[in-house]
Amino acid sequence: MDSGYLLAIILLPVAGTILIAFIPGLSERLIRYIAAVSTLVSLILAVVIFAGFDRVIGGIQYEMKASWIEAVNANFHLGVDGLSLPLVLLTAFLGFVVVLISWKIHERVREYFAWLLLLEASILGVFCSLDLLLFFIFWEIEVIPMYFLISIWGTGRREYSSIKYVLYTLFGSAFMLAGILSLYFTTGSLSMVDIANRDGVIVQSIMPVAVIFWLLIIGFAVKLPVFPLHTWLPDAHTDAPTAGSVMLAGALIKMGGYGMIRICVSIFPEVAQQFAPLLLALAVISILYGAAVTLRQTDLKRMIAYSSVSHMGFVLLGVFALGDVSLTGAGLQMVSHGLLTGLLFAMAGLTMHNVEERDLTKLGGLARQMPVIAIVFSIAGLGSLGLPLTSGFAAEFITFTGAFSSTTVAGVEVYTLLAVLGVVLAAGYILWMLQRTFYGPVLEQYNGVKDADKLEKVYMFAFVALILLVGICPFILTDVIKLGVSPIAMLIGG
Amino acid sequence: MNLELLAPEISLAATAVAVILLDLLIQRKGLLAVASVIGLVVSAAFTIVMYGEPSRTIFNNTLAVDNFALFFKLLFLGIAALVILASVDYASKLERFRGEYHALVLLSALGMMLMATAAELITIYVALELASISLYVLAGFLKDPKSSESSLKYLLLGATASAVLLYGMALVFGTTGTTQLGEIGQQVQSLGVQGIIDNPALILGIVLLIAGFGFKIAAVPFQMWVPDVYEGAPTPITAYLSVASKAAGFAVIVRIFSTAFGLPSWLSLDWGIVFAVLAAIGMTVGNISALPQTNIKRMFGYSSIAQAGYLMVGLAAMGVASAGETIGQSTILFFLLSYAVANMGAFIAIIAITDKIDSDLIQDFSGIAKRSPLLALALTVCLVSLIGMPPAAGFMAKFYIFGGAAQNGLLWLVIIAVLNSVISAFYYLRVVKVMWLGEPSSAEKVPSSGALRVALTLTSLGVLGLFIFADPLIKAAESAAKMLGS
Repeated sequence: MDSGYLLAIILLPVAGTILIAFIPGLSERLIRYIAAVSTLVSLILAVVIFAGFDRVIGGIQYEMKASWIEAVNANFHLGVDGLSLPLVLLTAFLGFVVVLISWKIHERVREYFAWLLLLEASILGVFCSLDLLLFFIFWEIEVIPMYFLISIWGTGRREYSSIKYVLYTLFGSAFMLAGILSLYFTTGSLSMVDIANRDGVIVQSIMPVAVIFWLLIIGFAVKLPVFPLHTWLPDAHTDAPTAGSVMLAGALIKMGGYGMIRICVSIFPEVAQQFAPLLLALAVISILYGAAVTLRQTDLKRMIAYSSVSHMGFVLLGVFALGDVSLTGAGLQMVSHGLLTGLLFAMAGLTMHNVEERDLTKLGGLARQMPVIAIVFSIAGLGSLGLPLTSGFAAEFITFTGAFSSTTVAGVEVYTLLAVLGVVLAAGYILWMLQRTFYGPVLEQYNGVKDADKLEKVYMFAFVALILLVGICPFILTDVIKLGVSPIAMLIGG
Repeated sequence: MNLELLAPEISLAATAVAVILLDLLIQRKGLLAVASVIGLVVSAAFTIVMYGEPSRTIFNNTLAVDNFALFFKLLFLGIAALVILASVDYASKLERFRGEYHALVLLSALGMMLMATAAELITIYVALELASISLYVLAGFLKDPKSSESSLKYLLLGATASAVLLYGMALVFGTTGTTQLGEIGQQVQSLGVQGIIDNPALILGIVLLIAGFGFKIAAVPFQMWVPDVYEGAPTPITAYLSVASKAAGFAVIVRIFSTAFGLPSWLSLDWGIVFAVLAAIGMTVGNISALPQTNIKRMFGYSSIAQAGYLMVGLAAMGVASAGETIGQSTILFFLLSYAVANMGAFIAIIAITDKIDSDLIQDFSGIAKRSPLLALALTVCLVSLIGMPPAAGFMAKFYIFGGAAQNGLLWLVIIAVLNSVISAFYYLRVVKVMWLGEPSSAEKVPSSGALRVALTLTSLGVLGLFIFADPLIKAAESAAKMLGS
């Protein structure tokens, strides 16, 4: 009975897409309601499985498995463990919230919501798949909806940004596909569980495992993103519509970090350990370079976009410090960043929508005209720079202490200390951004600008409540994440 | 004599003749398409009945009726039926020779079916000519300068390729003393290593065979004719050429190379590497040349060169694989099937659109999605499949065919191939972009006839169906390929 939950969580948005796309004559209002209901039910189910997840047994739960293509030994295999469950919950939450965020979209409404729901379904599918082929399929399906969301409803150089996004993703997944194929023929299995448990016998060795590791990690590194493969991100995030940015920054790039832990580290622990210093160096570069570039931005959305590069560097640091605690921190950082950056983009979108200006040099004093947005924006910003009581603090603290105390990688302390500088820089750009936008002298031309309306307040407060909840009681998530990452850390001896 | 084994071919030939006669007798020419489709369905019914039975041969081992041949026969019959449906609007504009148009489509399908069945060099050649000559005429059916140029180019270069092929066959016959593929295989094996090295004529014969068939499947460097012929020919015939003619070429190559030259394994390793190199060059040249194209038919011409490159990855795997392993063959069959469905679907949508906007330029597809969303959606699904992205047949086909190559140690080729898929995404998505992002030139809907809509529905559902229900079809391809091995 349990096994149907995950399928339902993924299929509900798909059903919404099909209803919206193919029933003729739906009114805009009805389309919004269909989208809201299907994602809300999906979210409720995600909460149900989160609550029902057995925290004593751990392991993979809510499993379902059906044979799909026997010729390549591919199964329709779904399941969640402590690592993926919080990400499923995050995606379902964001999936519902972006429908509310998009309530004021009036252009090509039918297509818009159809793509938006399909996007959510494919991301959920990535986090639930336990079969490499299925994982890859969901990974690829996500590209098309995102392409349309950016290119039709985006702003600025949207056509350039959307095709850049597609090509970067496909470039990464081309290597990933080669990696998956080699992994399949090396082990004779496509099941992540079997391969990680070493149940699959080595059928034939096509190539050194290190090569397979790198083929796979290129795909994940493009998505996370890791310097120097990050250049698609600022463009795509900046030019996407608000809902697209929230999904992209909140849920989609987490697929990269998730894939690294789930596939690269848990299947190739020795190789991961061997190359950890190199990847940690890339993490530090991503953190510092991302933060330095953020300091120079004058566009509201572009600034948040670049800060993601820096913040996702923390995830990479936590993953390849390869310690029990650091991996937990990386998992928590993914959820926390999803909430914080999701909220930042939502608030930036709202500000831009109400003020019709996104250039930081022209904004100012808005706290007087739109106090609610200003406060929520500030909370998200402060969370993002790691203020205690917010999820950002909990995640970064656990990541840094975990990484610093990790015993599996030599010299990890140095990388961690360098990475902490990223937080200092973050304080600089976030406070500067808040100050430029909301404080300082009140500007006459923005008199009469509206503040958040009721619907917007609802999701804003939902975000804030979750951020504080995770910040004050991080154990709600870390208890679960620990169940997922401990077995992986044990493989390395961390 | 088991003439009933040829029931599909005989019934199809009878239909072709009947269609020509019917053309003289009736006024409502629309019935010609109906008659042709009925003939194709009957032929397919005969084929399906025979499916799954053990391999049998007739006419002194010149024709082999096995699952491999039957798989291709069904493929050709299906494609021909789609071409007939796609031609309904186009054929209604023809003032004369409507019967001949339909009959030629059927006859070339007949030729291709015989190509897939033939197990002997001369029969292969005759079947090839039957298919080709029909197509030469069809390419020139519009009789405008471009169509005539297309036809003449196709005829001259095709005849040259046939000559090369015939020369290759003669050399193989000269060194082995037989034209029957199975016996050639035994002769080649009995020659031994030294025997083959001492016989450069045999090697030259094999090279000439690759060249001759390379023309048919549009492999680089024998692809020069493709863009011009594709651009000039009537669009349904372009679709036919890009799918059926290519599939027939692959059917023959797979049969010849796995039956006659499959052993000794060092020989198959050699031609496997030749195909691997041709594949790498073919897809790169095809994809890069497709990038700057502004005419959609030319773009598809180049993209079909690239697709032939992906298919040759399967040929390479076939050559490199150890004896008795048929992964290469079965991946080619499945790839051809999904390519056929997706490419036919794309062309049918293009026919519907170009018929209305009266232009083959990609920029004129602007805003089609606002005028006819379902048509644009169907074309988008087919293009996504051609890129090789899920959830479409093309993804499964690529996964399967590249997987076969990776399994046999051709990972370098797989990496080139997947990177090529990324390049191809750029030009396929450009069409998608123009359709969905561009502004429509008028708000008028793009109408399409019932026949086109049926064909388009079948193909776009087929593209999705082959993805979700890939399992039974992959199994069918495997059983067809296994029968070839034995």
